Amino acid sequence: MGLPKETHEELYTKMVQCREFEEKAAKLFIQGKVHGTAHFCIGEEATGIGVSSALEVEDYILQTHRGHNQGIGKNMDINRMMAEFLGKETGYCKGKGGCMHIADFSVGSLGANGVVGGGLPIATGAAFSQKYKKSDNITVCYFGDGASNEGAFHESLNLAAAWKLPVLFVCTNNLYGMSTSVKKSMAISDISVRASGYGMKGIALDGNDVVNIYEETKKAKKYVQKNGPMLMVLNTYRWMGHSKSDAQLYRSKEEVNEWKEKCPIKRHREFLIESGMFTAEQIKAIDKSAKQDIENAVAYAEASPEPKIEDIFDDVYAD
Amino acid sequence: MRTITYAQAINEAMSEEMRKDENIVFMGEDIGVYGGAFGVSRGMFEEFGDDRVKDTPISELVITGCAAGAAMTGLRPIVEIMFSDFITLAMEQLANQAAKNRFQFGGQAAVPMVLRTPGGSGTGAAEQHSQSLEAWVCHVPGLKVVIPSTPYDAKGLLKASMLDNNPVVFIEQKLLYRSKGEVPEVEDDYIIPLGKADIKREGKDVTIVTYGRMVQRSLEVAEKFASEGVDIEVIDVRTLVPLDKECLIESAKKTGKVLVVHEACQTGGYGGELASTIVDSDAFFYLDAPVKRLGGLDVPIPYNPNLEALVVPTEEKITAAVRELL
Repeated sequence: MGLPKETHEELYTKMVQCREFEEKAAKLFIQGKVHGTAHFCIGEEATGIGVSSALEVEDYILQTHRGHNQGIGKNMDINRMMAEFLGKETGYCKGKGGCMHIADFSVGSLGANGVVGGGLPIATGAAFSQKYKKSDNITVCYFGDGASNEGAFHESLNLAAAWKLPVLFVCTNNLYGMSTSVKKSMAISDISVRASGYGMKGIALDGNDVVNIYEETKKAKKYVQKNGPMLMVLNTYRWMGHSKSDAQLYRSKEEVNEWKEKCPIKRHREFLIESGMFTAEQIKAIDKSAKQDIENAVAYAEASPEPKIEDIFDDVYAD
Repeated sequence: MRTITYAQAINEAMSEEMRKDENIVFMGEDIGVYGGAFGVSRGMFEEFGDDRVKDTPISELVITGCAAGAAMTGLRPIVEIMFSDFITLAMEQLANQAAKNRFQFGGQAAVPMVLRTPGGSGTGAAEQHSQSLEAWVCHVPGLKVVIPSTPYDAKGLLKASMLDNNPVVFIEQKLLYRSKGEVPEVEDDYIIPLGKADIKREGKDVTIVTYGRMVQRSLEVAEKFASEGVDIEVIDVRTLVPLDKECLIESAKKTGKVLVVHEACQTGGYGGELASTIVDSDAFFYLDAPVKRLGGLDVPIPYNPNLEALVVPTEEKITAAVRELL
């Protein structure tokens, strides 16, 4: 029994939007329209979109610095994401956070994080609230292979397991922590085995198979509601450099090209057409519409005002 | 008024507020049946149970982050970090997450949590259990920082901290836990607003600006000077962030002579901020002498009791510093 057609369309559309968003963002850099930095998840779209799309509004997510897909999956507003990227007042963080800190509490995103592993402890607290209030919802904590070597990973998984907190820990293993290969930074190749050290269930999935990730997240949510935390590792690959200033001297073009062949969007597109669910024309129409969404977002962002200097002290403290 | 200890005052503040608001939860190492390393939470586990008084693993980073995450999602957690030295282990979550999440998320988050932790030397606990690290947290916008010096202040300031919608670092003084003082009857609820210094002794000749354990010591010095006809004003800052600058400035204008005293190492200590607050203001034109600082020596806290006592401001050192101003 497969997913309904609408779900396939949603997953595909969000992945294309995410790809277009980031490709456009990269162009804006080249044009000198962006002041800060950004971390692109091109090639990893299926991870965040597959997981976040399987959640409800009331489920929380903690995003990473490379988490545009995680946010788009959770139905964040692309206009406000782009506005934040351009540092505008209409952005999610009023231009004060940039895309490393996009958050939308109204859809359950408790924020992206600039610190590797920084969201892990916060996730335990969000899940603690859910459990304390006897909610059925769960918290999804995104992090990467690099974060799984941080102390925060150990403390958080241990606490979540000891207290049976409803957290789904989702590790996007894209094989590199900035420039350092996982082969150099850990002695294991399957990060999901780390779960057993906490008495926790761990699974590893193909991180480029959006349909399977979506279905496994639905199952994982049920498991977490009933049993407490679980670790889900999504094995994928980062096509772009770490950030805008990465010369990528640490890996070969051949390796990158091999992974480009495994493009999650291409894979889903082929499935949708071959299965007869969508025609090539329908897919083209979705692609075109997604591209237009991003053009609209850029127009919105560019037309938005700059933050006001006199508001600089706003939100340092709550009243 | 009744007389209770500083530790009891803290326990009462937590317990009374927890009875009123079930969104308050309390977590930390050995705070449950054990009652906390300094016995501050005795009886709370029995009253509120395991759901609300949570013994945690020895994991300061995640305890702090868990509180921040819970605070961002509707609870009002209190965290106890067993010794303030161990905020070094929690610093990432405190400084990068709890302190910044409101600002960096464009005002979407509130992080109403209190991190309680005992600071200070004098117990023979040596280098890693005796520090006064308040300057570390005062340097991070988004945090509030409180250090009470009496049972009355401890109770009223802790209640204000628990009602505040921001992360508050509440640094207790381990050597004051057993000290006693007057507080109102239980039924006479009160809070002391954050950001208000307290003039613990009024005087006209010299101002001592201080906080925490050094307040009592400064008051003792002031009494001795009184017999010489020197009238010392002692200001207890109480809330380091936000700082009641006006109180300091007005006192400096009145006396024209200011000594800043704290236990923390002098270099980079909060005393620099207190002194600058005065020097940077129009009080500068009223000064009869340079503002003087007396902090702890710039050494780790040693174990030997004679050495330990001498690395922080003693009555003798405070007295000598006052004399230099006269």
